[in-house]
Amino acid sequence: MSHAAESSSSSAVASTSTLVEVRDVTKTFFRGAETLEVLIHVDFHMQPGEFLALMGPSGSGKSTLLNLVAGLDQPTSGTIQVNGVEVTTMSARQLATWRSRHIGFVFQFYNLLPVLTAYQNVELPLLLTGLSKKERREHVSTALDVVGLNDRAKHYPRQLSGGESQRVGIARAIVSDPTIVLADEPTGDLDAKSADEILTLLQRLNQEFSKTIMMVTHDAHAAERAHEVMLLDKGVLRR
Amino acid sequence: MKYARLIWVNLLRNKLRTLLTVLSVCVALFLFSTLRSVITALDAATEVGSEARLMTLSATGITFLLPQAHYNRLVAVEGVRSVSWANWFGAIYIDESNFFAQFAVDAESYFAMYPELRVPEDQMEAFMAERTAAIVGNGLMRRFGWRLGQTVVLQGTFLPGDYEFTIRGVYTPDDPSLGEELFYLHYDYMYEAARDQLSPGWFILQLDDPTEAAAISQRIDAMFENSSNPTKTQTEKALNAEFITMFGNVAQLVRTIGLAVFFAILLVAANTMMMAARERVNEHGVLKALGFQNGQLFGIVLAESVVITVIGGVIGIGAAWYLFRPGNPMTSFIQGFTVRTETVWYGLVIAVVLGIVSGLVPAWQAARLSVVQALRRVA
Repeated sequence: MSHAAESSSSSAVASTSTLVEVRDVTKTFFRGAETLEVLIHVDFHMQPGEFLALMGPSGSGKSTLLNLVAGLDQPTSGTIQVNGVEVTTMSARQLATWRSRHIGFVFQFYNLLPVLTAYQNVELPLLLTGLSKKERREHVSTALDVVGLNDRAKHYPRQLSGGESQRVGIARAIVSDPTIVLADEPTGDLDAKSADEILTLLQRLNQEFSKTIMMVTHDAHAAERAHEVMLLDKGVLRR
Repeated sequence: MKYARLIWVNLLRNKLRTLLTVLSVCVALFLFSTLRSVITALDAATEVGSEARLMTLSATGITFLLPQAHYNRLVAVEGVRSVSWANWFGAIYIDESNFFAQFAVDAESYFAMYPELRVPEDQMEAFMAERTAAIVGNGLMRRFGWRLGQTVVLQGTFLPGDYEFTIRGVYTPDDPSLGEELFYLHYDYMYEAARDQLSPGWFILQLDDPTEAAAISQRIDAMFENSSNPTKTQTEKALNAEFITMFGNVAQLVRTIGLAVFFAILLVAANTMMMAARERVNEHGVLKALGFQNGQLFGIVLAESVVITVIGGVIGIGAAWYLFRPGNPMTSFIQGFTVRTETVWYGLVIAVVLGIVSGLVPAWQAARLSVVQALRRVA
């Protein structure tokens, strides 16, 4: 069971099995003399195996929050813990290592490297591990199997449809068996049918493989697939 | 090595651009190898020649002849073991582009003084026995595909007419910088061609003791100082060095050109790498989001740059090495003009340095990239 909270006090009682704990996080951007508060005192936590959808209009701070949880950016104030590890105090080097082990990222525009095949794209995160070539091959094959694209392993992104590219992106996100999968508008660039397939796949990952998923979306239909939906409005988190 | 494929596919991403960059580095390193070989050949030439042999020339200049009568006085100088003489023949083989040096020598005394020019005994005997015979360097034999016993016709310049020679001997120098493309003929044959109007261009003196060279030189020049044919005497080595300095500051000029080429190519390579890296800002952001460290990205971008310059370098240096291998036509103009092993190594080091320097800025930018900003570029 997850909790989206409007006040910092509610998150202070997060259970010991909490996977993600965001406490009183504020993110402010400075553009010249202008100050832009993108996230304002955000508190929430997620349990392992949860599928959380984060909704909100454009510019509400959804992607910023996702980036903070992924350790891609630092909050102006507040703390973020993932699996008991304080992310906000890590160095860039520590964060990179931590990300490679614990975060699987699914991008809106897939972000596959065009010069690599589907297989090679999925293999990328494993290059950062100590796995042998044979072990990497087994992991990639399993991940592509899960997303149903083993037969397209040798295809380049330009030879794949949008839905297939995103499935490769998902395979890349899960290949190293991360602690949490973060999906930033994973269906934002897809037609309805492909979007539905991707959402089904994410749901399956969550239900069959117990993957914890945090998905940013502005699509209410997509959000329906999640256990829990949180709404960000002008930087403020609402249930 | 895990990232080798990533580096390689990135290089092939824009094949034309990579090819052009490789070619520009290739041309630069070819020029470097060639220009440096000119310098090393000139430097080596200043070291050629014995300090135990003196060369006595006309004090007026190398193109002025000395009277044969000087021989009797030179051979009588204390400390001089033997004396020989020679002259330029200056003929053309087929056309002027086939230039090589020809010396008319007093064969017996000359070759006795030059044991470093190795000629098989039977060939030397055949040469001595025939007035129109020639001894030819092994490089020249290779260059024109001549055979032993072949007749070669040279067209005289200051001694007009066609002159037939039969190749009776092939010499091999102990050191290629001594010259592998020289053509020796009998002085008597040239003397005859000049209708007895010829005298030596220079005398060569073998000394008993090389340490006496300076004193003997002074004595000889003093001996002829007030004659109608004053002389200038110096060691063979000093004469060669002086001859090389006649080229002026060629070495400095060559170095300057080499440096200019290096910087021009550095800018080309750096620009290419900057463009390649700028196009991939989003991809670098993705790699970082996946967990690639700053240092790993730095290394990958830098390696791409080094691979390009090393490939270009290997091709350029290899081409120069092949074209200017021993016996190439250029050795007629500059003795010992070949791409030496040390030049190959210098070239490779330069290729690597070129790659590192040109890749440094884009590699640094990739390493310092903000992931969020990089991902926002497309998303």
